[in-house]
Amino acid sequence: MTDTDQPTSGPPTPADPEAVAEALKRYWRSNVTIMVVLLTIWAIVGLGCGILFADKLNGFSLGGYPLGFWFAQQGSIMTFVLIILTYCILLNRLDKRHHDELEQIKKQSGGAA
Amino acid sequence: MTLEYWTYLFVGVTFAIYLGIAWMSRVKDTKGFFIAGGGVPAPANGMATAADWMSAASFLSMAGLISGMGFAGGVYLMGWTGGYVLLALLLAPYLRKFGHYTVPDFIGGRYDSSTARLIALLCAIFISFTYVVGQMKGVGVVFSVFLGVAPAVGVAIGMAIVFVYAVFGGMKGITWTQVAQFWVLITAFLIPAVAISLKLTGSAIPSIGLGSQVLESVDPARPFLLDKLSLINEQFGFSKYTEAYAANGGWNKLNVFCVCLALMAGTAGLPHVIVRFYTVKSVKAARWSAFWALLFISMLYLCAPAVAAFARYYMVDEVAGLNGSTETELPEWYDKWSELGYIAWVDFDGDGKVAFTNNLTDEVAPIGVALDADGNEQKVDVQPNELMRILKVPAETRQELIEDADAWLAANGGTADGGAAAKATLLGMGAAHHPDRDIIVLATPQMAELADWMVAFVIAGGLAAALSTASGLLLVISSSVSHDLYYNMMNPQASEKQRLLVGRVAIGVALLIAGYFGINPPGFVGEVVAFAFGLAAASFFPAIVLGIFSKRVGTVPAVAGMLVGITFTAFYITTQKADVILLNPEIAEAIFGPKGQGLREPWFYGINAQGIGTVGMLLNFIVTLGLTPLCKPPSDKTKALIDSVREPEMAGEGLDIETADIH
Repeated sequence: MTDTDQPTSGPPTPADPEAVAEALKRYWRSNVTIMVVLLTIWAIVGLGCGILFADKLNGFSLGGYPLGFWFAQQGSIMTFVLIILTYCILLNRLDKRHHDELEQIKKQSGGAA
Repeated sequence: MTLEYWTYLFVGVTFAIYLGIAWMSRVKDTKGFFIAGGGVPAPANGMATAADWMSAASFLSMAGLISGMGFAGGVYLMGWTGGYVLLALLLAPYLRKFGHYTVPDFIGGRYDSSTARLIALLCAIFISFTYVVGQMKGVGVVFSVFLGVAPAVGVAIGMAIVFVYAVFGGMKGITWTQVAQFWVLITAFLIPAVAISLKLTGSAIPSIGLGSQVLESVDPARPFLLDKLSLINEQFGFSKYTEAYAANGGWNKLNVFCVCLALMAGTAGLPHVIVRFYTVKSVKAARWSAFWALLFISMLYLCAPAVAAFARYYMVDEVAGLNGSTETELPEWYDKWSELGYIAWVDFDGDGKVAFTNNLTDEVAPIGVALDADGNEQKVDVQPNELMRILKVPAETRQELIEDADAWLAANGGTADGGAAAKATLLGMGAAHHPDRDIIVLATPQMAELADWMVAFVIAGGLAAALSTASGLLLVISSSVSHDLYYNMMNPQASEKQRLLVGRVAIGVALLIAGYFGINPPGFVGEVVAFAFGLAAASFFPAIVLGIFSKRVGTVPAVAGMLVGITFTAFYITTQKADVILLNPEIAEAIFGPKGQGLREPWFYGINAQGIGTVGMLLNFIVTLGLTPLCKPPSDKTKALIDSVREPEMAGEGLDIETADIH
């Protein structure tokens, strides 16, 4: 459970702590950006199209579905699945980039010492 | 083979599979017991999460609710799936990084306060119990209706099965059993949905069928299914099936919004799903398993609205449904459910024909709309509704009604006044003015006259849904008691063996209590579910979110916020549901005044009890953020903790291997 005793921020070789902190800050900022964008889509589709504008959207139709009804009972769910899929792909990529960056820092400071 | 034999066969075989899996994955250590050794593959964990998530409510009740509510029923679909998105994006990755088993543990650790931990612990246990009781009740219903067993025996059988695999297998046993249960429940839901979709619209995909034209055999004019439903609904005085925020009854926009948001935030705070993010070995796998889980969940959630619409057609339509049927024309499924009082036709006007309508008065009223020969809308007369739910009526009266409703009617006022006197008597005894909604999913295959084996399979699916969720929740109760209460608060020196023993005993005791209430459900169980979501939204959600995303929020504001949120939500729900929550209408009246007045009407902007959690949550946020600048910031230790939670986990890192000697 204490998988925190090998923190990612403190690689075993001496590295430039400021560079590491900087990398972490960048990581957190990208993470929050991704989250905010995806949750905005979540809110617009789910709470917006599915509820707040559903009565207006019902004036349009998608096949046999009134559009607002479709968003409330089908479209929002499909969107939610896509949101999580996007989140997985983006965050896994971000993690990988972060690790590469840390490796880089480690190498550079190793060379300097 | 009759339906009963098929049911015995499917239920027997699936139960044997669950037990077999439990035997193969029994565990010895706390890590295996509470988080399955942390080594479950992502897709399998996704299936287990999906089975955990989809409770008896999702499987048995949700389609029925949507069927009755039409558009507004979408709140359950959006609320429960949208809540999952919040959980996966906002909470789970960080809770996992924090590295403990439970939500109370996170709140206690982050706010460095045992008061906060205790509040969260009590909420977690209350929420979990409410849920388990609901599952056990579902098991009882299924057994009593389809196997002719007393509900108590049904609940006991269900308890015994869960006991075996939860106590011996812990999280590991539960996880692998849930994988099997997922397949049982999803096939059981999809097969009849596909079959009915083919039968009505010719499309094999229910989501597409719902938006298609009906076949010629259903209606020669071949209208779109949803248009036809809207027409049928209007003809009997209900609002259009697809209409948002209809004027005649139903929820307004504010209520739909609040209920949806309360469900979303409340689901995100449900403890039994959060723990699922610990059972895989890397953060990458945790993300993928969240995706798999929602994908699997969406299979059922995209079909449920189709099932709801199909069922509506078979309930209301004059040709295929109940309206206008005479006693001899009533379908077989009606007989099955009426034997137990879930649905009861009392011919108040004595015309010998069923009327299932939205006219709740005693006289014919021109509240319906139908198309005339030229396709223009015309007002039409609607008969008073005659389909009731008599589950809460005293047993003696219920028996009389089930055996011979006409005789009861004759003895209680007759039909001279349109049955007004008899109807008033019945409603006064606790009857409801509509059939029970929980019958929809189990009755739909019979409505569509599908083969007996399909019906039997749906029954096995309902049991799988109830048991999988019950076992996940029991484990949360057990880990809360053993880890948070016993280990963290009472006996920090407890050995691994002691904690495991406490965990097992806690599951056993929790199961007995849940079983007892499953057999003798207190009247308020249904109402308390609103409580569970509202409470989770108003307590956990802000505390966890602010705990992760703010370094400034300290102990005092967080605890104050939680207390305000919980108190407001609990008080509001109590005033709205006083009769059942205080167990006695007289006590309710003495405290809050007469029903429907003052505090006992929706006094906060007309928001109903299910949606008030949203307001509780906002209050919690406001109080917490408002007090934050006045109170001292968290200690450096806590700040370091937040930093560590925000760091990414090592890619592909395996969890500790030292506790991995499973078996």
